[in-house]
Amino acid sequence: MPFDVSDLAELDAPEQEYLWTLNFGPQHPATHTTLRLILTLDGEKVVNAVPHIGYLHSGFEKLGEHLDFNQYVTIVDRMNYISPLHNEISWHHAVEKLLGIELTPRCKYLRTILAELMRIQDHLLNTGTCALDLGGFTAFLYFFQQRELIYDIVETASGQRFHTSYTRVGGVAFDVNNAWVDKVRSFIKGFAAVHAEVHRLLTRNRIFIERVQGIGYLSAEDCINMGVTGPLARASGVLRDLRKDEPYLAYADLDFKVIASKGGDCYARYLVRMQEMVESVKIIEQCIENIPEGPVNVDAGSKAVIPAKPSVYRSIEGLIQHFEVMMPNRGFPTPKEEIYAATESPNGELGYYIVGDGSPRSYRARTRPPSYVHFAVFPQIIKNHQLSDVVAVLGSLNIIAAELDR
Amino acid sequence: MSTEETLQSKFPAAGLKCSQFRDNRRVVVPAESLQPLLAFMKGDLGFDFLAEITAVDYLEYEGATDRFGVVYVVVNTKTGERLVIKTFVNDPDPVLPSAYSLWKSADWLEREVYDMFGIKFSGHPDLRRILTPDEFSAYPLRKDYPLKGRGERHNFPVITRADS
Repeated sequence: MPFDVSDLAELDAPEQEYLWTLNFGPQHPATHTTLRLILTLDGEKVVNAVPHIGYLHSGFEKLGEHLDFNQYVTIVDRMNYISPLHNEISWHHAVEKLLGIELTPRCKYLRTILAELMRIQDHLLNTGTCALDLGGFTAFLYFFQQRELIYDIVETASGQRFHTSYTRVGGVAFDVNNAWVDKVRSFIKGFAAVHAEVHRLLTRNRIFIERVQGIGYLSAEDCINMGVTGPLARASGVLRDLRKDEPYLAYADLDFKVIASKGGDCYARYLVRMQEMVESVKIIEQCIENIPEGPVNVDAGSKAVIPAKPSVYRSIEGLIQHFEVMMPNRGFPTPKEEIYAATESPNGELGYYIVGDGSPRSYRARTRPPSYVHFAVFPQIIKNHQLSDVVAVLGSLNIIAAELDR
Repeated sequence: MSTEETLQSKFPAAGLKCSQFRDNRRVVVPAESLQPLLAFMKGDLGFDFLAEITAVDYLEYEGATDRFGVVYVVVNTKTGERLVIKTFVNDPDPVLPSAYSLWKSADWLEREVYDMFGIKFSGHPDLRRILTPDEFSAYPLRKDYPLKGRGERHNFPVITRADS
């Protein structure tokens, strides 16, 4: 959209003539995606910031009303593409809650491992690019190499590196094998060394600390009042983590800590994310050694579940079931009910509000994206900071524009 | 006393409908009692966290009597209690009181509901479209809006290099 003069008119008219306006984005290397900010500056000090969003709005929620519960998974993993599998897990978590499907123990553990790998993946990119935007290129490269290993693990499981579309109602597309388990094990083994290396590169690095300490402060009260969740809230001392508060998947069986800090600034957010990765590794370690045997998908007797391929090809019951699930005019009965279900995504509370109308499509598929709520906080916390801090704060908020705009 | 019972006894005339589905505890409240109920929950019951505001258009929903349902998900961060508050509004002028004075997180959430459904929130400080362009005239998540749009994208003004 061309820059319109009327956009400026809605800003508070600068009282002093020396204030000037800077258009930041939508295509700027530090926004990483298409975000646009209109900054009012006094010298280099930010007096006011007005975010303009919607450049990536693609009507995902409208599409969700036209695709069935399995098809829509291809859309949700394009929302937060930094941790795509977590969105899928979260979406099907909500769908299964609506349908009343209880997962098999193996699937719960498998999804927990994948969710935690996604958390690591998300935090790797976030802390990496946060340093990258501030001039620390090395940490980013070290971390991106680890992300590459996670892509490999995900590819081994699902056949896709990025937009996996791996989960299904009542399970996952394919079960994992021992080769996959070995890959996860070897990733965990190597990860600690890289993590420690980046710790040494950044955590006590004076240049990095001076760019992030005391920048973008957010108090615990503001976090709660403004709906901030996830690592951002925990960095301000809000002890909320849905994995502990409302346990789902296998989290109730696992031993892990909720990481929090009292700092509330960009540095605290960096530290919380770094430490959360260590906790995620602990969770994966516990899961991978205790992953239960047995079927990964719920019993095919449940009408909502896609049957395994061998049963489709070799038995008439499997074929009929496959047909019933796949054909648009068939389907299975769903409750005429509504549900809100949330999971702790790497970014914060990722919720889905699904309205079922009896058909295998959702009547309304609302996403509660953490980025959207977090970006609303931005104008408040950037006030009276320097222009160069915009990049540091944006990096620490971890705004994913595809999730922001949907 | 559970939160639902407290609300029932505090607002006996409002006709609150409480129900539960899976782990979701839900309260349906008439639109005129929404603001006092939310204020009571925030102020007296300690529901200090507003997780979500969204809306549903019940135009094609079987057996629905009202057009729009607006859903609030509130959480008490001390106890972890979570409640889903729902209210209904109707055409031709769907208006609800804004929750911005209680929770600042309502700011953008209400703007999105306004943008997508055309439900207005009185008392909101800055109720503008947020995801669609300002000149957009429709409300895309309403059920009478077609999936492929009404040609907005097709007719979007294109600036060429020559006339810029």
